[in-house]
Amino acid sequence: MQNLLELKNIGYSYHSLHGETKAIENISFGVGVGEFVAVVGPSGCGKSTLLSIIAGLMEPEQGSIIVNNPDGSLHYPRVGYMLQRDHLFEWRTVYKNVTLGLEINHMMTEERLLYVDQLLIDYGLDKFREKRPGELSGGMKQRAALIRTLAMDPQLLLMDEPFSALDYQTRLMVSADICRLIRATGKTMLLITHDLSEAISLADRVIILSGRPARLKKDLPIRLTLADDDPLAARNAPEFNQYFNTLWEELTNENKEV
Amino acid sequence: MKTKKSNLTNQEKYIKNHRRHHTQIAVMRIVLFLALFFLWEISADRGWIDSFFFSSPSRVAKLLIRLSMDHSIFFHIGITLFETVLSFFLVFLISLAAATALWYSEKLSEVLEPYLVILNSLPKSALAPLFIVWLGTGATTIIVAGISVALFGSIISFYAGFKQCDPEKLTLIQTLGGRKRDAFRKVVLPSSVPILISTTKVNIGLALVGVIIGEFLAARRGLGYLIIYGSQVFQLDLVITSILLLCIIAMGFYKGIQMLEHHIRKKIFCT
Repeated sequence: MQNLLELKNIGYSYHSLHGETKAIENISFGVGVGEFVAVVGPSGCGKSTLLSIIAGLMEPEQGSIIVNNPDGSLHYPRVGYMLQRDHLFEWRTVYKNVTLGLEINHMMTEERLLYVDQLLIDYGLDKFREKRPGELSGGMKQRAALIRTLAMDPQLLLMDEPFSALDYQTRLMVSADICRLIRATGKTMLLITHDLSEAISLADRVIILSGRPARLKKDLPIRLTLADDDPLAARNAPEFNQYFNTLWEELTNENKEV
Repeated sequence: MKTKKSNLTNQEKYIKNHRRHHTQIAVMRIVLFLALFFLWEISADRGWIDSFFFSSPSRVAKLLIRLSMDHSIFFHIGITLFETVLSFFLVFLISLAAATALWYSEKLSEVLEPYLVILNSLPKSALAPLFIVWLGTGATTIIVAGISVALFGSIISFYAGFKQCDPEKLTLIQTLGGRKRDAFRKVVLPSSVPILISTTKVNIGLALVGVIIGEFLAARRGLGYLIIYGSQVFQLDLVITSILLLCIIAMGFYKGIQMLEHHIRKKIFCT
């Protein structure tokens, strides 16, 4: 598989008057076109920093990111970034919220708006377009936030624990549901999570980071024997427990070392 | 069937109680008002208080009728209203522009912070004599006095409101490819509307304070002038009448802003 992005020896430190705190150190891995990669690691290890660097919100202090667009062009791929909370604006209707990115980028073209309309229908939010976000359930808000991200037609989708604000039951449903929807679009995806089951059931590959400063500990491809591609059913796959134990060991070893 | 019916009556009872409560409050307010005026009138009439110093409702009413005949009272009220409303709008515009500039430039806000704090704490009446020397005795001085009382507090409140905005929402704008300008227009300004309104409520009162101070010192017209003139010629009926008119104006402003607030909230958050 061709890599869309290749991270080479990425490093980043935070600076304050009390000194320098290394957040991530010497991280290298590639993300294939259409691949779904999950990143797990102990909390506060610098996962979000890594995502911000990949999103282009921050410049890495060391290392570089190499871009290989499938069409051979050199520009940085269009990135969609889903934050932990939906951050829908209460002073806008659902429709005005999902078209926010288009509005900012002056991309309110007929083609885009038709695409947004289609997404609203596909994700069951069409009836709620004139409602305020406060009137939606947690799962619906998360879907609206996803539509807001997808409206810009990103090539690479970054998700920073996008389901962590939901209660457990909703979370299972929404994560399975959203991953199915995104897989259908064939987009490349990078998901940060601290939920190992979620990582195994959703991703093609799991990258394990160490505690702060974050280093690459393991790059584990996931192959589950499944009748269909349902992330909920993935939890019953025979390999699931094996993967879970491997990940668990990697993460807990860390704690023993410290 | 039976439970539904009793539910309905409970609901009706609740509404009835609610309405009765509000009627009671309104009636009590009016009764208190009438009682105070009645007591005032009686006290003046019986000679318990000296109506030369304390006036009385009937004297106020007579004076009001006399001043209405030659339209002079409307002229003075109009002047004070005009100056207050103009100061109020200028305060709003200037502080919005200043707070926006402070939000855009972190450095500017850091540099100006101590200046704003000092100007805000300074008793503005101390500046009024300076304004008179610089600007003369006219409407300009009075409007500047009105602005000076409200302006600095207003800038600080607006800016604090802008800064309160959730930083993650600003990150969201960044992830959608927006710049600082977009963050301000799409997030900071709309999320600050409640603070803009509450500051505005305070500002209208402060503008009135500033205008009256200005009229005390530098005017030949307006309610502030009438109060000072009345006290100088010992015509205390005039002083008290003007103060009562100021009460009505203050109440009118408050109600006006409240209606505006209701309208904006409804428009922004509920449609």
